[in-house]
Amino acid sequence: MHAAPYGTSVKGFREAGSARLAGGLDFPLILAALGLVGASIYTLSRATRTDIPGNPNYFVERQAAYAVVGLLLMLLISRFDYSRLREWKNGLYAVLIGLIVVVYATGTVARGSKRAIELPFFQLQTSELGKVLLILTLSAFMVDRMRQLGDKETTSRIVLLALLPAMLVVAQPDLGSGLVYMSITLAILFVAGTKWTHFAALGGLAVTAILVVLIAAPALGVQVLKPYQTDRLTAFVNPSENPAKQGYQQSQSLVAVGAGGRTGRGEQATQSRLNFLPEHHTDFVFSVVGEEFGFMGAALVLSLYALLIWRCLRILTLSKNLYGSLVAAGITAMFMHQIFINVGMTIGIMPITGVTLPLMSYGGSSVLVTFIALGLIQAIHAQARETAFAKGRDMAL
Amino acid sequence: MDDDSRRSSLTPQLAVRVAMIGGVALVAFGLIFFRLWYLQVLSGDRYRAEANDNRLREIKVQAPRGEIVDRNGKVLVNNRTGLAVRVTPTKLPQDKAGRMALYGRLARVLSLSPARIEKSVNSQLKALPYSPATVKQDVPQSIVFYLFENQDKFPGVTVEQVFLREYPHRKLGAQLFGTVGEVTESQLKQERNRGVSQGARIGQSGIEYQYDRFLRGNDGASRVQVDALGNLRGQLRNVRPQQGRQLRLSVDLGVQKAGQQALGGARGAFAVMNVRDGEVVALGSSPSFDPNQFSKVIKESDYKRLTSKDNGEPIINRAIQAGYPTGSTFKLITATAALQGGLITPDTVQYDGGSLKVGNVTFKNAGNAVNGPVALRKALQVSSDVFFYRLGQEANGKGDGLLIQKWAGKLGLGHKTGIDLPQEAAGLVPSPSYRNEGFASYQRCVRRKKPSPAKIALGYCGFLDRPWSVGDNVNLAVGQGDLQADPLQMAVAYAAIANGGRVLKPRLGQRIEDSTGRPLQELEAPPSRKLGVKPEFRQAIMDGLRAAASQPGGTSEPVFKGFKIPVAGKTGTAQKGAGRADQSWYIALAPYPDPKYVVAVTFEQGGFGADTAAPAARKILAKLFGVNDGGPIQGGSAPN
Repeated sequence: MHAAPYGTSVKGFREAGSARLAGGLDFPLILAALGLVGASIYTLSRATRTDIPGNPNYFVERQAAYAVVGLLLMLLISRFDYSRLREWKNGLYAVLIGLIVVVYATGTVARGSKRAIELPFFQLQTSELGKVLLILTLSAFMVDRMRQLGDKETTSRIVLLALLPAMLVVAQPDLGSGLVYMSITLAILFVAGTKWTHFAALGGLAVTAILVVLIAAPALGVQVLKPYQTDRLTAFVNPSENPAKQGYQQSQSLVAVGAGGRTGRGEQATQSRLNFLPEHHTDFVFSVVGEEFGFMGAALVLSLYALLIWRCLRILTLSKNLYGSLVAAGITAMFMHQIFINVGMTIGIMPITGVTLPLMSYGGSSVLVTFIALGLIQAIHAQARETAFAKGRDMAL
Repeated sequence: MDDDSRRSSLTPQLAVRVAMIGGVALVAFGLIFFRLWYLQVLSGDRYRAEANDNRLREIKVQAPRGEIVDRNGKVLVNNRTGLAVRVTPTKLPQDKAGRMALYGRLARVLSLSPARIEKSVNSQLKALPYSPATVKQDVPQSIVFYLFENQDKFPGVTVEQVFLREYPHRKLGAQLFGTVGEVTESQLKQERNRGVSQGARIGQSGIEYQYDRFLRGNDGASRVQVDALGNLRGQLRNVRPQQGRQLRLSVDLGVQKAGQQALGGARGAFAVMNVRDGEVVALGSSPSFDPNQFSKVIKESDYKRLTSKDNGEPIINRAIQAGYPTGSTFKLITATAALQGGLITPDTVQYDGGSLKVGNVTFKNAGNAVNGPVALRKALQVSSDVFFYRLGQEANGKGDGLLIQKWAGKLGLGHKTGIDLPQEAAGLVPSPSYRNEGFASYQRCVRRKKPSPAKIALGYCGFLDRPWSVGDNVNLAVGQGDLQADPLQMAVAYAAIANGGRVLKPRLGQRIEDSTGRPLQELEAPPSRKLGVKPEFRQAIMDGLRAAASQPGGTSEPVFKGFKIPVAGKTGTAQKGAGRADQSWYIALAPYPDPKYVVAVTFEQGGFGADTAAPAARKILAKLFGVNDGGPIQGGSAPN
């Protein structure tokens, strides 16, 4: 057991000296998070005014509340000795599977899929929380098998451990989250140092699986994906072919983004304000940014994301231990996957898979889970700094 | 030793792998920026236009056509509102099966076929994608109630008020007022229909066609903003529909009615014209039809009935489109030609022995009458054929032999009168060249195609089976033979004599008005041609015509006995051969001696002019001059 290099702890939380509390955080990362959540609230305040009749601030108020709770959660988690979580890996994995399974039993149906469980204040999308749990547990299992890194067994165990929740989530059906799980898994394997040959083998398996799911199984009469999922995945190839159906969202999104021009349409942003753009407060919020604020606005938001990813990668490299690095890798992969898939989908270069844009999309589960992930990153950063101080190593910001 | 504590600093391998992840992020950001630049900066205008297409809907609002009123402002043609069943494109079921099911339900209610509804709706939506498409015009109230009560079964189906053209006088003046119909593909390309949108109903015949550009309104458009569900989210611009202009005709509804009644459904036509300015007071043709059936979409079977020869082709306007031999009414033209050409003076006396032998053919007076020595006035009064036979014979031998043809032409026969109506016929004044050329081609046809004698008898090579001879000119002099003229042309010729030599262009349109009757534009009187007709010649002819209608022995004297207005008039009876009943004519000028109106009436199968046409003319004249008239005391029986 690795002894914590810092003072006494109560249930893993460090004693919080107020100077230390601030000192251990990565400020550029906080800046990026605050900027994005601010951009989200501003965008929602402009685009959702008429969505709920009689309550123009419905989404804005809620998103702001989620953001405040999320920030507090982040600060709290940043004080937590994340390495403790490694020890709880079996329990956490059980919770992960349990959360996903419990949705089948009690979940509420949203747009044809069971994704959330009803809590007193909001609906928890367990597949969102599952992302963080998966990162924490997979990283732990990975660290345990670092000595057998070259074994095929290690890689296949990790992949199988990830596939179980991923498949359960896909079956909800929530294809988008399932794919995020796979990206997280690959990133953890990659950063842990898994051999290239293993990745090649995984790639081969993935291609085979895709061929089976999309072509062979339907030919045999077994539908693995729902027809709309297949349509959405393939519609982006030519969205204008059938604008009335699956390509509709994507063509409307393209029109919205394109119409934004250099500086945006502001009050004239009719695509989002007149509901031509579906899901404009959740999955397609970036299209709203594109239409309302144009290239300038989109570029600003993307810059904040670039800052976020840069800080995450940097903290990955600073981590005091491998577990921290792997957790940071998983979180970075989660962010990158969601950002590139979501933005790519709004501008027509990625299929529609239904993932949220971290901190920008409206939704409690998404915002809170993102802040939890950021809290973990901050914890990794804070503890790396303390270790560095302890070892007298110079650590520039 | 814990695995996790093995490494606490950055290994080279990890650095490489993190750098690769960073590289992936960099490439992804690069792609996204490039794509955003392309979408927003390079193609922004195109997408902005698309976004506007999305939210803007232009909805056409039909403008009613202008009304047509008679010279006294009485309504001749107007509009009524009907209820049209339409479908709103954005609210139709998205899938084809759902739409076809809807069309199926609609088809049962509206008694149409689902396929026809689909075809019509699709073609309308292709032309105007966001405007509602009409499924059926003029639907009864009961069906509308049914649709409202079962609205859930008819998504996207709406009922709207539309303007339908109405002809309140139905068969009265049908050919004159004309019809409306949907603009055709080829009409859309014509210059006269610029600004007409597909699906619009425009004038297709008669006055409706002639004055379409005034009568046609300007459709309004309302430009609205809609949301994704097609709900109205604000009015952006509204162009109000503008009703077409009101057109005032010179027609007098009462006279038109009297004329139509005088024809009584028999095949024939009449024209009533002011001889001083060419204003047409009435112009009718019989049999007639109800133009209201064109206001909606006309059934094919109805259209066939209107164009069938067996039904007398009601759609034809016999007053301007038919060509008839005119019988003795032509004698006015022969007289004018003979006087002006110097063949006779008003007092030249010729002996009418009852017949005239030309070559080896003997031309007889009608009814074998023998009139003795007659001059022009008497010849017109008793309608001496021999007198005019002789003029025809002499004219044929004098100069180029075209004296009568020339004067017939000058007086307007063989040409369109130029009335403001479409599809007027020119008619025919036979001449040597007409017949000789026709005969040459007849001979060529017989020589080359060698048809059987039976076919030849049926006119396979035409009927011009012999060259021109003096007999043709003799026939022409009394309005028989190949001559073809219509009542309006004869009215113009008579008017020219009555007004001292002006050949008028008849006109119907008086002025363009706004919907309250305030004049906007007077329609210019077309120029008339002036002929040099000597006053004493005119007087002689007028006297002859007057005597015919008033002196004992005059051909129409019995018909006009007791009539309060002094009438000058000429009967006509044209033989059409082949056992067909004679064409009956009467042309009246009144009041004598300085006539204001000419009335020309013809019946296709009327027998003697004095028997049918003249009494009809009397009825029209009575209405025209507003005299209380019980009609002729006795039917005429004198031959013409």
